[in-house]
Amino acid sequence: MTDTRRNLLVRGSAMLGTMVLAGCTDLSHKPWVQNALGEVENLTRVAQRLFAGGHSLAPEYSKADIAKVFRPNGTLNPGTNDYLIHQANGFKDWVIPVGGLVERPLELSLADIRKMPPRSQITRHDCVEGWSCIGEWTGAPLAPILAMARPKPEARYVIFYCADPMGEGGVDTNGNIVPPPYYYESLDLLEATHPQTILSYELNGKPLPVENGAPIRVRAERQLGYKMPKYVQKIDLVDSFARIGGGKGGYWEDTGYQWYGGI
Amino acid sequence: MTDVTQGNVETEPSRWDALVDSVRERLGREPRKRKPHYLFYRHPVPVRVLHWLNAVILLVMLMSGLQIFNAHPSLYWGNAADFEHPFIALRAEGTQENFWGVTSIGSWKFNTDGWLGASKTGGVQTVRGFPEWATLPAESPSLALGRLWHLAFAWLLFANGLAYFGYIFFTRRVKELVPTKDDLKHLPHEIVTHAKLQFPKGEAAKHYNGLQRLTYFIVLFVLGPLIVLTGLTMSPTMDSVLPFLVWVFGGRQSARTIHFIVAFSFVGFFIIHMLALFLSAPINGLRSMITGWFAIERDAP
Repeated sequence: MTDTRRNLLVRGSAMLGTMVLAGCTDLSHKPWVQNALGEVENLTRVAQRLFAGGHSLAPEYSKADIAKVFRPNGTLNPGTNDYLIHQANGFKDWVIPVGGLVERPLELSLADIRKMPPRSQITRHDCVEGWSCIGEWTGAPLAPILAMARPKPEARYVIFYCADPMGEGGVDTNGNIVPPPYYYESLDLLEATHPQTILSYELNGKPLPVENGAPIRVRAERQLGYKMPKYVQKIDLVDSFARIGGGKGGYWEDTGYQWYGGI
Repeated sequence: MTDVTQGNVETEPSRWDALVDSVRERLGREPRKRKPHYLFYRHPVPVRVLHWLNAVILLVMLMSGLQIFNAHPSLYWGNAADFEHPFIALRAEGTQENFWGVTSIGSWKFNTDGWLGASKTGGVQTVRGFPEWATLPAESPSLALGRLWHLAFAWLLFANGLAYFGYIFFTRRVKELVPTKDDLKHLPHEIVTHAKLQFPKGEAAKHYNGLQRLTYFIVLFVLGPLIVLTGLTMSPTMDSVLPFLVWVFGGRQSARTIHFIVAFSFVGFFIIHMLALFLSAPINGLRSMITGWFAIERDAP
């Protein structure tokens, strides 16, 4: 083979390679590709649910495994006036309404939640980014709370509304001020009533620090970190999350993350 | 013939040779000089189809995997991350305006600017583990899209693997892929002849040699299951069903590190695979994986 032909071949295949790569990146941004790839998420969810069922427990660890500092991620302090006032008086007026598709709406104060039979678990927190951290969480299991509220038969998801704004907000084309979206998340009833799903108010035996979600954060131990919202201020049961936020069931889901966070 | 490992034999002149010569004739060249040979049907259709599907799937898995890795470009051992002491870390050092890529392995540290830790994205210096040409999608961070590709193609890889294993067990081709005692005994000799670029010819080329069998065996029966199982161990839901997986791999972060090492073992295999192809009989080998037919030289009379 002559040198020019060899060169042509090498350059040709390099160019082809670049085109294929650029093509894949372009493909990534096509809605139909994202929808097709996203459809597979349902397969993953169904397969994992089939395999894991409703009650398989996430591994629990020993005191010796607890990290010195539990790595906080995302919002470190909601910083809103409302939140800062609550923080200043030790969250004693923090009330979480449980409503939506329930027979008996509840208003749970922090004291009410602390009075419920607690559950403590030393578990591994797996962030979607790839890292893990171990901590001991104490809180009230969500299943009995939901049972108290008596979900209507059509209720399918539990939505958690949070106190932390994400970003700065902005101004729309008509000059109206657009508030920033607030963090929210959702679990289906199966995951929400899992024995290790708790409304946690203590980390490593101390009141939950602000950067880890004070006064209440969700722990759903078979899920990735973004499925466990911090600063929970309202719980709603719904039959669909299509009309909530961006319609995908959570703040990160609205930006493109999968709703199913078990893998 | 009934013995699948023997395949069929096509006698000269082959359609392939006729095609090559007709192209050469149009270009005004002499027919190619060939040693006497015959064609041997080496790779049946399912193997060829699954092979090329696998190539595409593994490329997408690797590149989307590197994109996911970029979300937290550090590796650890154990269950939890010891953020201060990563086993491997791709980071940037310097200031906000002027930074460069650094890779650390244990206590060793290298400047890997432009490749690992920091490199250009669309011409702009960016903090990112792996560079834009290695990740899918190219921009970084793009964790959500990387996961979308990776978790969807994981199913394709699984289906492809299942089809392949089903096929080789059903047709008993698997026997060709398991090293024998003899293979292991002759391994030093095989390594020496391979290093001298002496490859099996004639009848011997109809079967995998010991080194090939060992390599394919490791890839199929060690690396393959490892990449799937370490991948599953990273799923918190899977860990709730199969906690022993976490234990076997020494923790979730260890599983992630092993997943990464095995992925690069696949890259290593690919390099060896390409070297073996290009140093032995590139056209013949490539053709046999496209048309199925492999030319075997006849022994000189």
